Amino acid sequence: MAEKTNAQPFDPEAILEVRNLRKCFPLKKTITGKVTSELIAVDNVSFKLKAGETLGIVGESGCGKTTLGRTILKLHPSSGGQIIFDGKDITNLKSSQMREIRKQMQIIFQDPYSSLPPRSTVGGILSEPVEVHNIVPKSEVKSYVLDLMEKCGLRDYYYERYPHEFSGGQRQRICIARALSVNPKLVICDEPVSALDVSIQAQIINLLKQLQQDMNLTYVFISHDLSVVKFISDKIGVMYLGSMVEFGTKEDIFSNPLHPYTKALFSAIPHPDPDFKMNRIVLKGDIPSPANPPKGCRFHTRCPYATDICKEKVPEYKDYGNGHCAACHLLEQ
Amino acid sequence: MEEKEKTAEKTEVIDNELPLDKTVRLMSPTRMVVRRFFRSRLSIVGLIMVVGLFIFSFLGPVFYTEWGEIELDESGKTEYSVSQATYTVNGKEYTLRQTTEKSLKDNFLDAPSAEHILGTDNEGYDIFVRLMYGGRISLIVSFIAVFLITAIGVVMGGIAGFFGGVIDNIIMRVCDVLICLPGVPILLIISTILDASEIDAKYRIYLLMIYLTFISWPGTARLVRGQILSLREQEYMVAAEAMGYSVPRKIFKHLVPNVMPQLIVQMSLSLGSMILYEATLSYLNLGVKAPYAAWGTMINIISTNQDILQNHLNVWVPAGVCIVIAVLGFNFIGDGLRDALDPKARR
Repeated sequence: MAEKTNAQPFDPEAILEVRNLRKCFPLKKTITGKVTSELIAVDNVSFKLKAGETLGIVGESGCGKTTLGRTILKLHPSSGGQIIFDGKDITNLKSSQMREIRKQMQIIFQDPYSSLPPRSTVGGILSEPVEVHNIVPKSEVKSYVLDLMEKCGLRDYYYERYPHEFSGGQRQRICIARALSVNPKLVICDEPVSALDVSIQAQIINLLKQLQQDMNLTYVFISHDLSVVKFISDKIGVMYLGSMVEFGTKEDIFSNPLHPYTKALFSAIPHPDPDFKMNRIVLKGDIPSPANPPKGCRFHTRCPYATDICKEKVPEYKDYGNGHCAACHLLEQ
Repeated sequence: MEEKEKTAEKTEVIDNELPLDKTVRLMSPTRMVVRRFFRSRLSIVGLIMVVGLFIFSFLGPVFYTEWGEIELDESGKTEYSVSQATYTVNGKEYTLRQTTEKSLKDNFLDAPSAEHILGTDNEGYDIFVRLMYGGRISLIVSFIAVFLITAIGVVMGGIAGFFGGVIDNIIMRVCDVLICLPGVPILLIISTILDASEIDAKYRIYLLMIYLTFISWPGTARLVRGQILSLREQEYMVAAEAMGYSVPRKIFKHLVPNVMPQLIVQMSLSLGSMILYEATLSYLNLGVKAPYAAWGTMINIISTNQDILQNHLNVWVPAGVCIVIAVLGFNFIGDGLRDALDPKARR
């Protein structure tokens, strides 16, 4: 491990660097505990993220977006690769060592209904992390929490109330306040708006953007909603069946998508003008099971341009200039 | 100009959602449960029964001080015994009746009167007063036992459910073994050992209760484990993990409070069964021993004399009624709590 570290120094500018991250879930085990078949949820994902940036991760349902987010936070143990956070390799830290780092990286969940403990008040939910991590002296906890609630658009008299008294949008604000209560540097937003209706979505996204400016946060924003990702992200990663097929700045990805999957995905963005002629690329078939992924390029079963080499060889993930990376055989020719 | 725009946007973001009126006080889950509990008539009856028994047993002896628990009525009693014999002399029948007047030291088996509200038992103790002291023993013992059972059950079940794997397996197999043990035969053995070791009659019942705790905690542990297994997968537990909370905090501050509803119901129901258990033990002469009073021992008096069973109902019926009231009361409360704590029955 040490040799590898020397060979590839950490990028000092990047707050989060992920190298060849893998996460497999065992499906079947023999009696002795040997894994006989497994589901590869995240396969060989690499990217770098600078402080203050937002990385949007898009992809279909079941392509491993959420697993990627949770593995970065080490809520699942990783099965391979490296996670470097703030110049430190956190891949193999024990859970007791992780506890200190937890306050620097936080997560906002998709479902605001199940992610708040039902038997504590809003005040209790928000002051607990502050007290556990000693963010402010004990006597100032309440004023700190009230301040935070105001920042997140929650009224001060919500302090005594219980989560079940709130609507989805308000609950998501509580979740955001909880994640920010420990002053994190990195926040993983795991589809924070997909459970909310559209008008509330806009409010929450605006709130997230404003908080990012105020607190200099770095976001990993996981979503399947391309317009939301386009609005909030600086960089975008496109995932398909567990692997990152394309990664680059928002401008590069939207104006010049390289991978055929990205092209098909972006052709599906609805346009506000009804007269606008859309050239939709409709993909055939379903997403293959990640427990039994196709050989070669994982996208070849649905790719309109697939050739013989795609069925045999896994395409390399290469930089095509300006940090715009993609994995496709067609680009190599 | 730019700044002004920014603040305007900020207030808009806050004000956009329908604000709950400050004056509307929504109820906390606990208050809602209390309200639903008091809406059911049966649970109020149960509460009155249990509270009444508590006042009777704990405050009763403070105000009613005519007799003590082990104070014999030595006012004396004159017992008349009649013996008769029939002789046949010259074809004629003669009956000879002899009445013996015996002056006895203790006033036993006295009928209810102003002096002894429920009369006296076969030794000359005041039944009414002994009922109060017996209640004390029964209630204290069952509360201690249930408290211990719950404490051990929550800790063991919490650890088993949270960690899973090998730890879970070990704890659950220990539970299986303890549940397999036949309770009463072992109790008989322990009671015999206690008899031989000459432990003060007052404390035997506590030792037996510790044994009862020892064989009863697996039930609670299983309940807690089952609940925690399902709660552990909730997203707020992932959030607690992401927050970097310590394991004891996650178990006892986030998981156990959510098991509390089921636990409270279990506790109130097992209070009833513990009182029953205690009474059974005392009835079988395994629990509280003379001269100390317990409801079970008071019923046991009938085994000394057939006459009491038939002609002196005041000796043993009140103790039986007390047991019934206590068990019924705790069960009513348990049922009421179960309905009140059920989130699906929100009315």
